[in-house]
Amino acid sequence: MKDYRPVVYAAFCVLLLLAPFFLNAYWVDVLNNVGLYAILGLSLNIILGHAGLFHMGHAAFYAMGAYTTAIINTTYQIPVLWLMPISGLVAGVLALVIARPIIHLRGDYLLIVTIGLVEITRIALVNNIFGITGGSNGIFGISRPEIFGFRIRRPEHFFFLIWGFAAVTVFLFHRLENSRFGRALNYLREDETAAEGSGINTAHYKLIAFVVGAVWAGMAGNIFAAKMTIIAPESFNFWESVILFMIVLLGGRGSIPGVILGAFLIAGLPELFRQFASARMLIFGAIMIAMMIFRTEGILPPRPRRYPAPASGGGEGAS
Amino acid sequence: MSLLQLQNLTKRFGGLVAVDDVSFEVPQGAIVGLIGPNGAGKTTVFNLITGNYRPDQGDILFEGRSIRKLPTHKIVALGIARTFQTIRLFPKMSVLENVLAGCHCRTHAGAVAAMLRLPFQKREEAAALAEAHAELAFTGIEHYADQVAENLSYGNQRLLEVARALASRPRFIILDEPAGGMNDFETAALIRIIRRIRERGITVLLIEHDMNLVMEACEHLVVLENGANIAEGTPAQIQADERVIEAYLGVEED
Repeated sequence: MKDYRPVVYAAFCVLLLLAPFFLNAYWVDVLNNVGLYAILGLSLNIILGHAGLFHMGHAAFYAMGAYTTAIINTTYQIPVLWLMPISGLVAGVLALVIARPIIHLRGDYLLIVTIGLVEITRIALVNNIFGITGGSNGIFGISRPEIFGFRIRRPEHFFFLIWGFAAVTVFLFHRLENSRFGRALNYLREDETAAEGSGINTAHYKLIAFVVGAVWAGMAGNIFAAKMTIIAPESFNFWESVILFMIVLLGGRGSIPGVILGAFLIAGLPELFRQFASARMLIFGAIMIAMMIFRTEGILPPRPRRYPAPASGGGEGAS
Repeated sequence: MSLLQLQNLTKRFGGLVAVDDVSFEVPQGAIVGLIGPNGAGKTTVFNLITGNYRPDQGDILFEGRSIRKLPTHKIVALGIARTFQTIRLFPKMSVLENVLAGCHCRTHAGAVAAMLRLPFQKREEAAALAEAHAELAFTGIEHYADQVAENLSYGNQRLLEVARALASRPRFIILDEPAGGMNDFETAALIRIIRRIRERGITVLLIEHDMNLVMEACEHLVVLENGANIAEGTPAQIQADERVIEAYLGVEED
């Protein structure tokens, strides 16, 4: 059977690249949101999809990145994009500190604790923790990003920033998946005891999975802050975490194309069905239920990794 | 010097004494069998050696060094590999990937090296792949490399566990009922593999209920009953031992 996927992916990329030239500002902005959800979904995919850790508090790391950017930018006027690595770093370090004591929890226990994490983060932001988060009003006046003096402000500009970053993410995460690191996460998802018994430091890998996911969510938060110029705690509530969780589950745990499709379906599809207003969430819920019954691995489950054939025994079947 | 020394090892689960003051030694380069009736505490001894359980008393020395407090993955890194009584593979992953899990503790590339595909990472990955294929060939299941592990037959799944254990380059391998679920033909092949493992300089400790395999493959036997070490010796000595016959063989032979 011929493999059509490269063609489909290429067509998707071309269509996506041309989209901002044909769509109006509203729809470009919808695509931007989808892009942000795709980046966040890909970062959660490391934790939830590959390592199999039930983490439903990913919006907390997103918030940490966004607030880091907002606070430093509005206080010290440091250009927004320079703050991207710093936002990632702050989210990553906080993830390390937070995840350390809870990392040994399994399945549903971890789920509950991470739900607590996102709520605590939101409430801390509302309560104007350390007097720097602006309380429930949030922070406004975040400056627009600039690249070589070019000011990114229109949705089309952000489109290329967001989807450019998404492309870099896909490139790097694809490599990550197909490596010793990516396999180690899968081993511990499949059977933690066997993984540890094969010489894999499972606690370490769980922690690093959290950190990598958080760093990326923090960087996505940076773009979000720059795009909105105003951020408030309500952007990072529990529902956001649930949406990210659904994107990974619906699209396919451990599958990059799956997660991107999931982002389109969950963040984009409701926009298409706006006229159905209240009924759309009902339909949406029904689809989710059907999915969980009939296609438990998601719409596009991950494909098996490919490895080069062993070196010896060559000769026949020259290509 | 003995490769592994168990010194007065005791493990309790609540009121049950699963392992009761067990001491024995595994000489370098030997094939040692740990036998005994069901519930005698054999697998518990294995779990104590590999750090899955912590002993309540006693100590475990590997190459003269105490490993009692080390986490499992560090014990593997020191050179002790194991297989599980209830097969524990990574069922949804390929056979090759299962073996690559064993290579993990001998390689080092982390997340950043993987994202950047540094030259050392590529070399390491290629070497690990070659090694994994070699271990599959050693155990005779190289034709299944690309198959999903759960699709293998029971006997081949056991061999895959052995290959995964060998891929961690152990000096000491412990096999928990390696012949469980194998037919006579497969068991005969397994005995050959166990001998070839020893020829590679790897010391073997195994639990087995298949007495043919035990008597044929092992040079030294340790017999456990109710958590206690009741006899030790060569297969011939054990077969002649009154207490063992009473506790174990007598029941089997009816």
